[in-house]
This record gives sequence, C-alpha cells and structure tokens, in this order.
Amino acid sequence: MTIRLTGAGLRHGQVQALLGVDLQIDPGERVAIIGPSGAGKSSLLQLLASAIAPDTGSVELLGEAPWRLSAPARQRLRARIALIHQAPPLPPRQRVVTAVLAGRLGQWSTLRGLLNLLHPSDIPGVREVLSGLGVADKLFAQCGQLSGGQLQRVGIARALYQRPEILLADEPVSAMDPVLAEHSLKTLNQHASERGVTLVASLHAVELALAHFPRVVGIRDGQVAFDRPAGDVSSELLDALYANEHLASPPLALPALNLQIPRC
Amino acid sequence: MLKADARDPAAWPRLLLALLAVALLWPGIRLSELNPGVLLQADNRREMGNFASAFWPPAHDRDFLGLLFDATLQTLAVATAGMALALLLAIPASLLASRALSLRAASRGGRLGFWSRAVRLPVRGLLIFLRSVPEIVWALLFVRAVGLGPTAGVLAIAITYSGMLGKVYAEIFESVNQRPAHALLQAGSSRLSAFFYGILPDAAAELVSYTVYRWECAIRASVVMGFVGAGGLGQQIDLSMRMFAGAEVASMLLTFLMLVWLADQLSRLLRGRLA
Repeated sequence: MTIRLTGAGLRHGQVQALLGVDLQIDPGERVAIIGPSGAGKSSLLQLLASAIAPDTGSVELLGEAPWRLSAPARQRLRARIALIHQAPPLPPRQRVVTAVLAGRLGQWSTLRGLLNLLHPSDIPGVREVLSGLGVADKLFAQCGQLSGGQLQRVGIARALYQRPEILLADEPVSAMDPVLAEHSLKTLNQHASERGVTLVASLHAVELALAHFPRVVGIRDGQVAFDRPAGDVSSELLDALYANEHLASPPLALPALNLQIPRC
Repeated sequence: MLKADARDPAAWPRLLLALLAVALLWPGIRLSELNPGVLLQADNRREMGNFASAFWPPAHDRDFLGLLFDATLQTLAVATAGMALALLLAIPASLLASRALSLRAASRGGRLGFWSRAVRLPVRGLLIFLRSVPEIVWALLFVRAVGLGPTAGVLAIAITYSGMLGKVYAEIFESVNQRPAHALLQAGSSRLSAFFYGILPDAAAELVSYTVYRWECAIRASVVMGFVGAGGLGQQIDLSMRMFAGAEVASMLLTFLMLVWLADQLSRLLRGRLA
C-alpha cells in the first residue's frame, strides 16, 4: 500500500476542507481526482504530499506515518514524494535549469545544492526532461519570462526530475491549450507507468481524467463521492458530482420584500 | 459650512488628526529648547559669516590633498572593514531569526509553533542588544580599551551594524513570496537549500540595496567617530574646525558629498544588474 488515508479531516480556519476521507492507493496505480472547485481536491493532495498534517484521522505514505516521524526523517520521506503545483512556485528571477535541478535538493547534500547554484551540475539531465515536455529551448531562460503554460511544464519537469515514488499533480495542465494538455498528461502517465510510480492528479477537465487514468475518485464537499474504474463512471454520477444547487436554482429576486404594505 | 451632499466623511477625522499632531509637536519643540532666533543675533551672524566666507575657495594645495586622500581612504577602510565584520555575524543571525525558514511554519500555512518562537527569541534579543547602543558610544568605549585609532571605529561599526543588518535581513526574507521556499521544504529539501533556491532569488535586489545603503551610513558613522578619536576624515575635520580653517572644511564636505554620491551610483548599478 503506497497511500492509506483513514478518516482524514482537515480544517482551514472556519472551513472544513476535508471530512472523514478514506483512500487507499496501491503502488503504481494512476488515479485522477475530479470534483467541483472548492471541493477539497487541493487539500487532499496537500495531505498526500505530507505538506500539511491532517486535523483528524491518519495518513500513511510509503509505509510510514509522516506526522509521527522526526523532522529530518520526514524530510527524507518527502524527498520521495513530488507535488506539481497548479501555479508553479518558482522565483521569477531563477533560471529554468536551476528551478528544475531544485527538484533533487531533497536527495542532495546541502553542499552539493549550493555548488549547483554556482554551476548547474546536470545540464543534460534537465535538457532531457524539458525536451520531453517541449520546453528544452527555455533551458537558460528566467522563469519570469515564461508564459503560464510554459511555467506549468517547467513545474512538471521539476517533479519528474525529482524521480519520486509518488507523483502528485494539482491541476497540472490548467494553463495549457487542449493539445499541450493532452501531450503533458501523456508524458506524466508514461513516466509513471514506465517507472512504476504512483500517480495521483486532480483535474477539472473530466474528459481528460476519464481518458488518461484507469481509476477516478470524485470529491464533493470534502468527502469522497465515488471511487471506481474510469469505465464505470456514468454520466449520472458526474451530474450528481457537479450538481450545483446554488446555480441550478437561482434565488428568485424578491423586491416585494421591501414593499411595505400599510396595515390598519 | 459644508453642504450635506458634498461632505467628505473623512474630513473631520483628518482635521482632528492634524490638530492632534500639532498639539503633540508643540511640547516637543518647547522641551528641545529649539529657538531659531539665536541664529539671527548679530554677533552669532558675524561669527558664522566669517567662518563660512573662508569656505571659498576650498583648500586644494598638494600637501592638504595628500592628507585628505589618506583620510578618505582610512574612512572608507573603516566603514568597509566594519561592514564585513558585521556581515559575518548578521547573516547567520538573520537566518536563525527569520521565520521564513521554519519547517513547522511551512506545513502550517506560515503559523509558528511555540518552540519555533522560543528558539528565535534569543537571537532576536541578541540583535536588539547589538543595535540598541549607538555606534558612537561603542567607539568611546573602544577608544578607552584599544586606544586612539581606526580599530575602535571598525569594532563599533561591526557591533551596531550587525544588529541592524541582522534584523532587516530577517524581515526581508519574510517579506518575499514564501511559496517557493515552502514548496522546496515540502519536497524534502534542507532549510539552507530552500533559502538559497526559494528566497534569495526574490530577496537579492532588496538585500543589495539595503546593504549598500548601510555601507553609506557606515561611512558617515566612521566620520562621526573620527571626532572621538577613531581616525579618518572625522578626525581631520575636527582638527580643521578647531583651527577655523574653513577652506579645509569645505574640501572635506565636498569629499563627503562625493562619497555618498558614489555609494548611490553603486547601489543603482547593482540593483540594475539584479532587477
């Protein structure tokens, strides 16, 4: 078992982001997470990345409970997990080559990391990852000069360069055009299946999720709505998942409420 | 006075704040015994006039220029050596004091735990202690301890400026976008690596600008400390003033102007390279 979530709950201040989530994912599985915005997809991925601790329930990753480990042991565990952020957190002045190499900081000693700043240690490795995603020509560009879609692909490249055992992706293709999105998802899936990496990706495009991932988990209001093979996801399930009572029944405008009827 | 529909709701509070500021400033002026009138009294005016009229032309004979050059070099050397020593202490202290590198904050949305606060407190306290005593006081102490000369100035600048630099560096680290560093920490990186890859790229321009500005301040401070015997331009200007040599004072004031202008140009150049 690579990932085991048991009754996991998470609060962001007043908002209950996740509530009693049970989820088990085997090694090498490829899972898509879908659901309406604000349903808790990002929070779930943050839990799986051991980026934040759950308020209730437990998280077990790669056979270890990250929040019962000491801080250094947790950092070692985190180095085996990569999270692709929707808005890649890359400093605008950093060069792409440095941003991608930073993926392996968890595996390198601090000294090697610092020397790498003076001279990039593995330019061919970075070029290979970037060319798989079609941005090899941006190797020495600054991150601030890239478009949203290019930046997202650099973010993906960093996660792939990390060579993780669990690859998590939070809306990894949201800023790309359909063709690029298709290609990038293919690259992610290919990378995962070639190396037996567990891949969990949240997507807002349902058809991409169904086309690329064997297993689909629907999340609604911080809870798992359904969890089944992609072939078994019916349109009724999807309608129920995305049904929006606030939008479906627009509240009747009631100016009559302000009307004061004089009573005698 | 004001028509109801043209009334600005902020007008009254602003008027009251302005009155309050005046009411607070007036006692301050009384207490500091500020009386610009003394500048205009006849004998003071004559005295100042005599001194200022000696300013032109500035002294420029060969001997004096040689002396001025040596004193300027000494002032620059005191400021630079003091800054270098200050940085040796300020950089590690700022890394320790800054909340930007807290592993705990990275996984709790920026909130610090009890221990994170408790460990950072003594470092912050040390920085406060270092900068709470003005450099001129340190200089007086060190002149007693190590004797007249630039060493006292270097040590005084090193101590006071390490406190200032450490505090402001720590705050600059906290003011830049924290997401890159947090993302790196959450991917298993060490804190020092997260700093160099996640925070430094965003903070570099501001760090350089503040450091060069502080260097400029250190030049001025080393001049002031010259008056208490720490060498350099300050000591020269003190001597010239005692001898009422207005022309020499004028040359040295022009030298200050040039030094500050050069520091400003350097800062602009470096910022241009980094921005």
